[in-house]
Amino acid sequence: MKYHTIDEHDITRLKALISDPDRVIVREKIHEDYTHDELHSLVSSPDVLVEAITTEEVAAVVHYAAEHSIPVTPRGQGTGLVGGAVSLHGGIMLSLQKMNRILELDEKNMTLTVEPGVLLMEIGEYLSETPFFYPPDPGEKSATIGGNISTNAGGMRAVKYGVTRDYVRALQVVLPDGEVVVLGGKVAKNSSGYSLKDLIIGSEGTLGIVTKATLKLITRPAVTVSLLIPFENLDKAISAVPAILRAKQLPTAVEFMQREVVMAASTYLGRQFPDTGSDAYLLVSSDGPNRKFVDEALDEIARIALDHGAIDALIADTPERQESVWTARGTFLEAIKASTTMMEECDVVVPRDRIAEFINFSHELEKIHGLRLMSFGHAGDGNLHIYELRDDLDEAEWHKRLDAVFDAMYNKAIEIGGKVSGEHGIGYAKRPFLTDSEQSSTMALMRSIKHAFDPKDLLNPGKIV
Amino acid sequence: MRYLVLIKQVPLSSNVAIDEKTGTIKRESGEAKMNPYDLYALETALRLRETYEGVVSVLTMGPPQAGSVVRESFMMGADEGFLLTDRAFAGSDVLATSYALSQAIKHIGNIDLVICGKQTTDGDTAQVGAECSEFLNIPCISNVQRIIDVTETAITAECDTGTTVETVRVHLPALMSVEKDIWQPRLPSFKLMCATAQRPVKTLNLKDLADTDERHYGLKGSPTQVVRMFPPEEKSDYEIWNEENLGERLYQYLVSEKFLQESV
Repeated sequence: MKYHTIDEHDITRLKALISDPDRVIVREKIHEDYTHDELHSLVSSPDVLVEAITTEEVAAVVHYAAEHSIPVTPRGQGTGLVGGAVSLHGGIMLSLQKMNRILELDEKNMTLTVEPGVLLMEIGEYLSETPFFYPPDPGEKSATIGGNISTNAGGMRAVKYGVTRDYVRALQVVLPDGEVVVLGGKVAKNSSGYSLKDLIIGSEGTLGIVTKATLKLITRPAVTVSLLIPFENLDKAISAVPAILRAKQLPTAVEFMQREVVMAASTYLGRQFPDTGSDAYLLVSSDGPNRKFVDEALDEIARIALDHGAIDALIADTPERQESVWTARGTFLEAIKASTTMMEECDVVVPRDRIAEFINFSHELEKIHGLRLMSFGHAGDGNLHIYELRDDLDEAEWHKRLDAVFDAMYNKAIEIGGKVSGEHGIGYAKRPFLTDSEQSSTMALMRSIKHAFDPKDLLNPGKIV
Repeated sequence: MRYLVLIKQVPLSSNVAIDEKTGTIKRESGEAKMNPYDLYALETALRLRETYEGVVSVLTMGPPQAGSVVRESFMMGADEGFLLTDRAFAGSDVLATSYALSQAIKHIGNIDLVICGKQTTDGDTAQVGAECSEFLNIPCISNVQRIIDVTETAITAECDTGTTVETVRVHLPALMSVEKDIWQPRLPSFKLMCATAQRPVKTLNLKDLADTDERHYGLKGSPTQVVRMFPPEEKSDYEIWNEENLGERLYQYLVSEKFLQESV
């Protein structure tokens, strides 16, 4: 075993590094929540949970771990879906949840500097009182910004605004040896050597631990209006997407959903969706400085959709109407989860014109392997969320069918030019699929990068590479 | 069957601020929408039309720009719409508004069922429907949460009175106000927007009404005196419990407040 197993001496030393020893929690006193994330099938307990409140504490703990060959797993809210925040090899779990202060709103540079434990919803609430806006919009609003940065989270507004990586100006990072570095800065351009900041983003805590982030803001769009566009079937819905994306004004979001998922959300929420008469829907949003601007954009999109076989285009223009469609959209994941006993997910991203082909392929797999699947996703960026549902299958049968479906889906995704993960990351669960899908020299480069940062493989070991 | 839905234009944002000095509503922008509660009334009429056939008309009272909510009702499926507008109606309180609407309803004629939302998001009185029914001398049922049956002569519905649910049958013509969530309102349709773009919004003025006496409308016809307008105090009653067995205490509290029933 290359790692040192934590003993009483280590615990005493760790407690000395933390200003309040109550924030060092040992073995059986660690809450069960910290043994897994939202990938419930992977369970492994850390030996010690440290709740850091300062960068200095993080650095001290990581430095101690490095000196004593103890693995460290950083963790935010544990809302990840691929086992990224699970201590596979025990050791120290470093929770950043208590580093949750919003440090600075810089109105001149339009940046917001936060600690990693701030929740995405807290950023939204804070900025709602200002003219500023943080565009990335992952569905899980109770995730931490640190987690979002670690997975390069995407979300629904990626079509127009891009993903988390596009909104990070600077990061303060604790490296695996405990040294603290600042990468990037409050600059709008940067051509100064390798972009290590961008390497840290999406590295899932394997290269360093983010202890402070400076986020780029934009001015808040004054008006957002959505169209719920019903189609006879998913093929027709998806085939309209490329034309919609060529409209003069790029929509903010283009989501697709099928009736079965909409109905699951209705059941989960205990309220009706505004329209359930069609098999497939696109949910398209547009934002802008005023209603006239947005109306013109949506008028064009509605006409394009009708030309491509839409049954109608239904207008969600008031807060109540927006809420009636977007609340349902926001609960799809939870609704699907509530409809079964256990689920796994496939978060592939494929070229936008291949979405329907991929979804149809997944429906075939459902029949061939006898495994219930449900899907929804971001039609505007090709990122699909396909959930495999265990229902009442026994353990052996579930794994057999799941493995077969996963192999087929990831092979298909790669065949049509897709990638293993669009926004949830690789973590533990998707590692084999990443290795299979990338060139061996690409994987070797990734391992070299990991080795350059973390030669002793102490930081979140067993993830990504 | 002919249904008439009463609708009103209200400010877009529900968070309306009140200017305490002038006592008027501070409107951040001129943006407006159909009163959200009226969407349930309109949806009810459209559902009844699907089941029992008939014609859905809407009526709103307000300045000329309020015609846009009539147009919006066309986009949701209404067949016909009226805008009751006249300078003489300016400043109407609940009574004068109800009287003007009832006069318009009489003018429109042949209405079997008038349907209202439970209240508006700006006035919040929840009185206009019931007062209209008095002026029209027709039965009124409020807080309707489910419609059981409609025949040519009567409607049977379930009303949520807060503590009990009453099943009520009244003869038609009648007026009813519906609860939020009786049905999820449909969204306006782009196709219907295009199809009804040329459909006229029928305008009614004071001169169209049977009673043209200005003293019965607007400020002159309004006995209500607004002494002061202010935002209601926020209720923030709470208790902090900090003890062992919180679960048991919470359970007992929920039982004592009748949110839970002890199993027998």
